[in-house]
Amino acid sequence: MVNRTPVIAIIGAGIAGLEAARQLSALGYEPVLIEKAPVTGGHVAEWNRLFPDMSPAADLVQSLEAATAKVRTMTGTEIASINRLKDGYSLVLSDGNILVCQAVLFATGFHLFDASKKEEYGYGIYDRVITNRDLEQWFNTRQDERIRHPKAVGFVHCVGSRDVKAGNTQCSKVCCITAIKEAIEVKEAFPDAEVYCFYMDLRLYGKKYEDFYIRAQRDLGIHFIRGRVSEVGEDIDGRVVVKAEDTLSGKPVKVTLDLLVLMSGIVCNPDAQSYAQQIGVAIDDDGFLKSRNNLGSIVESSRPGVFFAGACTGAKTIPETLAEARSAALAIHHYFNNRG
Amino acid sequence: MDFGFKLSPSSAVNLDTVDHARYDRLVQLVPDALTCIGCGSCSATCTAAPWSGMSVRKVLLGLQRGRDDEVDSMLSKCMLCGKCTMVCPRGINTRHLILTLCRLSRKGEVVR
Ligand SMILES: Cc1cc2nc3c(=O)[nH]c(=O)nc-3n(C[C@H](O)[C@H](O)[C@H](O)COP(=O)(O)OP(=O)(O)OC[C@H]3O[C@@H](n4cnc5c(N)ncnc54)[C@H](O)[C@@H]3O)c2cc1C
Ligand code: SF4
Ligand code: SF4
Ligand code: SF4
Repeated sequence: MVNRTPVIAIIGAGIAGLEAARQLSALGYEPVLIEKAPVTGGHVAEWNRLFPDMSPAADLVQSLEAATAKVRTMTGTEIASINRLKDGYSLVLSDGNILVCQAVLFATGFHLFDASKKEEYGYGIYDRVITNRDLEQWFNTRQDERIRHPKAVGFVHCVGSRDVKAGNTQCSKVCCITAIKEAIEVKEAFPDAEVYCFYMDLRLYGKKYEDFYIRAQRDLGIHFIRGRVSEVGEDIDGRVVVKAEDTLSGKPVKVTLDLLVLMSGIVCNPDAQSYAQQIGVAIDDDGFLKSRNNLGSIVESSRPGVFFAGACTGAKTIPETLAEARSAALAIHHYFNNRG
Repeated sequence: MDFGFKLSPSSAVNLDTVDHARYDRLVQLVPDALTCIGCGSCSATCTAAPWSGMSVRKVLLGLQRGRDDEVDSMLSKCMLCGKCTMVCPRGINTRHLILTLCRLSRKGEVVR
């Protein structure tokens, strides 16, 4: 064992998995990426331009893929079961192979909340109701039957987040800034459209985020309405009618729109829970993987040899995810050093 | 002294003097009321709101700001249909909250 290069199984080849693989290779380890989807890059590969720099998502994903080109990567592969060994873990893969490793890194990311679960918002029922993911896809392809030169567009914040009824009390953290980013992009694409954001609180905590808000207000005239949308209907022309309370004036508001974008939140990935249970790794009460603590040991699990990076422990921005991936690689390095 | 004008009563809320006994009792009986985030979903969905101004959000705020007359007037318009309970993101049983509140005097005693 002593002279062999330790193998680290990385579950998930989103940006967290890719960045960790790059760092672990550089540190002399042998990372193996196991990716369920046919391609790597995770959610970021679905986005178009990224806040706060508005740089193309594809550039980031491609640079991470280039940096990990030599890492053994199994796409389209799932894990059938995962077991604890005396000195590591063994993973039974969906192709029948078994991977024995000395450490496991969860980089399983998040799931986007299924907006059709909030029936009152009409996703999957009304034609003109789409999600943040659909809109990013439209930015990438400019093809979507539902988006035809809208004159009025609305964004609904907190869809499936901060919502006891949806089973998620947590804030998804990235969707306020994403909504404003997308609102700006929509306004730029359709300058004559009125654009509304319906929010409960605006959480714009990151570097340069407030600048997006100011730009949306001052340069683009985007309307911010402080009230949570209570229900959405459809009128005879197929336009959507949105109802909310404008809590700042204390009056009910109604507006008819050509397009309504639901900001689906970040929720836990049930696969990660299942693997965690099989090897006795703790799950937090929000359903995400539970870090040893949330201050200095976010990337460490409750079990030796099991580590976390990125959105598998909760909502994260890209810089946070990348920083955690590096931090996890270093934590794994120390883990092997201390074992001697 | 005559300044040549009169002061009308201030509409400012003076938190030093507001009596919130009724609110304090309410949150003992319905602790979830403390978690309201004022999102307005209840008011937006309320069938009575457009003509009566009923709003669970404003009721909860009014109780904490000494607006008892407004609170009582709103409460009298509620039809107890429970629609607001369906939409509250904090999962507050708003219908039960309204019923509980109707049983309390302004001093917070259970009177009904
Ligand atoms: C609409 C939207 C827009 C966003 N825009 C930005 C932005 O502009 N800037 C920014 O900083 N952040 C943005 N974010 C946040 C960003 O998407 C996340 O920070 C990032 O995706 C987290 O990366 P991750 O690798 O941890 O997770 P993910 O991107 O979720 O990747 C997880 C990977 O694991 C794989 N996986 C899952 N389960 C398994 C399994 N069982 N077996 C094998 N593989 C598995 C998945 O297929 C995926 O490839 C946005 C988020 C949303 C929702
Ligand atoms: S970031 Fe904004 S939109 Fe997203 S859950 Fe939090 S408050 Fe709601
Ligand atoms: S229970 Fe009362 S406050 Fe709630 S929706 Fe019905 S009428 Fe409105
Ligand atoms: S819906 Fe619930 S949280 Fe929102 S204002 Fe009404 S009582 Fe408060």
